[in-house]
Amino acid sequence: MSMNTQGRISRPHPDNDAPDGAPATFTGNRALMLEEPLIFERDGEGVTGVDFDELPEVTSCLGGLERRRPIGLPGLTEPEAVRHYTRLSRQNYGIDLGLFPLGSCTMKHNPRLNERMARLPGFADVHPLQPIDTVQGALALIDLVGHWLVTLTGMHAVAMSPKAGAHGELCGLLAIRAALEARGDARSVVLVPESAHGTNPATAAFCGYAVESIPATQGGRVDLGALKARLGPDVAAVMITNPNTCGLFEPDMIAIGEAVHTAGGLVYCDGANFNAIVGRVRPGDLGVDAMHINLHKTFSTPHGGGGPGSGPVVFSEALAPFAPLPFVEKQGERFVLVEEETAAQAGHGGAFGRMTAFHGQMGMFTRAAAYMLSHGADGLRQVAEDAVLSANYVLRSLEDVLEAPFAGSGPCMHEALFSDAGFAEGFSTLDVAKGLIDEGFHPMTMYFPLVVHGAMLIEPTETESKAALDQFVGALRSVAERAKTGDSALKAAPVYAPRRRLDETLAARKPVLTYREPSLPAAAE
Amino acid sequence: MPRYFTREHEWIEVDGSTGTVGITDYAQAQLGDIVFVEAPPAGTRVDQSKEAAVVESVKAASDVYAPASGEVTEANAALEAEPALANSAPETDGWFFRLTLSDPSELEKLMDEDAYKSFCASL
Repeated sequence: MSMNTQGRISRPHPDNDAPDGAPATFTGNRALMLEEPLIFERDGEGVTGVDFDELPEVTSCLGGLERRRPIGLPGLTEPEAVRHYTRLSRQNYGIDLGLFPLGSCTMKHNPRLNERMARLPGFADVHPLQPIDTVQGALALIDLVGHWLVTLTGMHAVAMSPKAGAHGELCGLLAIRAALEARGDARSVVLVPESAHGTNPATAAFCGYAVESIPATQGGRVDLGALKARLGPDVAAVMITNPNTCGLFEPDMIAIGEAVHTAGGLVYCDGANFNAIVGRVRPGDLGVDAMHINLHKTFSTPHGGGGPGSGPVVFSEALAPFAPLPFVEKQGERFVLVEEETAAQAGHGGAFGRMTAFHGQMGMFTRAAAYMLSHGADGLRQVAEDAVLSANYVLRSLEDVLEAPFAGSGPCMHEALFSDAGFAEGFSTLDVAKGLIDEGFHPMTMYFPLVVHGAMLIEPTETESKAALDQFVGALRSVAERAKTGDSALKAAPVYAPRRRLDETLAARKPVLTYREPSLPAAAE
Repeated sequence: MPRYFTREHEWIEVDGSTGTVGITDYAQAQLGDIVFVEAPPAGTRVDQSKEAAVVESVKAASDVYAPASGEVTEANAALEAEPALANSAPETDGWFFRLTLSDPSELEKLMDEDAYKSFCASL
């Protein structure tokens, strides 16, 4: 038997992990969980990380407009600045740290191969105004990604430039408006089912359309009868999310498309949930006219997991002539960018304009291309299958403890949806979310979709192993049971996070968005 | 003065041809802490069952539908300055806007207080 002879404690005392009872430390730090003030509060008078030469005497030409106060940049040495941001980064939660079940966000692993490819100088260091002949490889890559997107969706054309999902929605609706106006049939209404993404009505309103909601059925799908009843000569488009925000496939999609087209409207599909069907279903076969694809969801590099957003839009044959500039096109052996000057002769005279100054998010195209090529067509199909399998595993593992309003209608797609039914009086979805933080998980999407009371929307993605899913399910089960039995300690969660429960109401009602030095008078505003 | 209720949890109190509109106590409890209210300015034409105002809570932003058609005569400035009124006094000081009714017969489609209470109990 090995003896501990140095008096060194080898097991934590059971009370030691309870911050409430733990003694306060001198620094406020809790061992390696470090307190970190705002960088402005770290400001040291006269401190700088760089030695500047003495400024020469200069004569001001500003005629009395000189700044009279310092500009307020905090002074830190280089190690202080490095530590500040490193400490903050340790308080962050990302997909590289753990399972990130944020529904409708497809927080999947970003393969490091993508990053290696995106950093190749031929892709990373090109400038959008470089001569076309010097960026043929980059254009070939954009063309390749576009080809994959068109093929995977069964659509006719693609606009690569939109910078994210909602930007893609805007692009799609602008193309729809251009197509309707081109036939002298400007319409005023866009229908958005309750099961659609929250950005859809905002996009339609931003485009100047009146937005009307179409109710969801008891089964969480578009009410086809209600949709048909509302169609008419004033309806420009229907915006459908498929799979929808309840995590369900819209089985009436073809009938919806036919009804909308018969009424003279067009079908926009929000492709944010494409991960569940990529390689399995081609939206072009379902009657979709325009759909954005979140490269940063389906093709990896999610929020906080790599690059920025990118939302290419694929178009049906009817909408292709109105797609925005610029286009990458292969002319002979050479790739060209079709811009305004050459649009008409290249057959794109109907383009509604452009979404961005340049061609889009080159870094994301490179990551998406690496993801597509390394997975292959069969690999992408398996992505969808594994993502759906993971979500159904979560759904079926928890439906005995959490109410799953649509579980009775069959399997879910990419995400599992639960409600707060059955929680003890006074306990809510928010308490469960805070409890999950104590368990070391980023909470799921909550209170959305609106059609489910106290919604909890969980998208595990194909990234997670069964062991990881089991751990998450166990944690959520434990927290849900505390909410159901009314464990008052849960109302105090999170207990172990650097900050306890914040006053979200005060933060929303009286937001403080800029740092003000305490000594500065209010008149400085 | 008679008070009517909608299935979307708005109330309207009618005094002659003037209606005062707000959200119900049930609605504010469901919404949670309200942090922002946008009521239609005077002169706005609103249609029954169409969006007239916006209410935003910590959880979500929601549309408030007009219980009846008409022209807005006054938005509740106190509410826009202090959105918490919609939580603390939803059916009194936390009213959203007043309007001149263009078609009082529309009120027949709404519920009275007893009907609304049993409607809420059924949810």
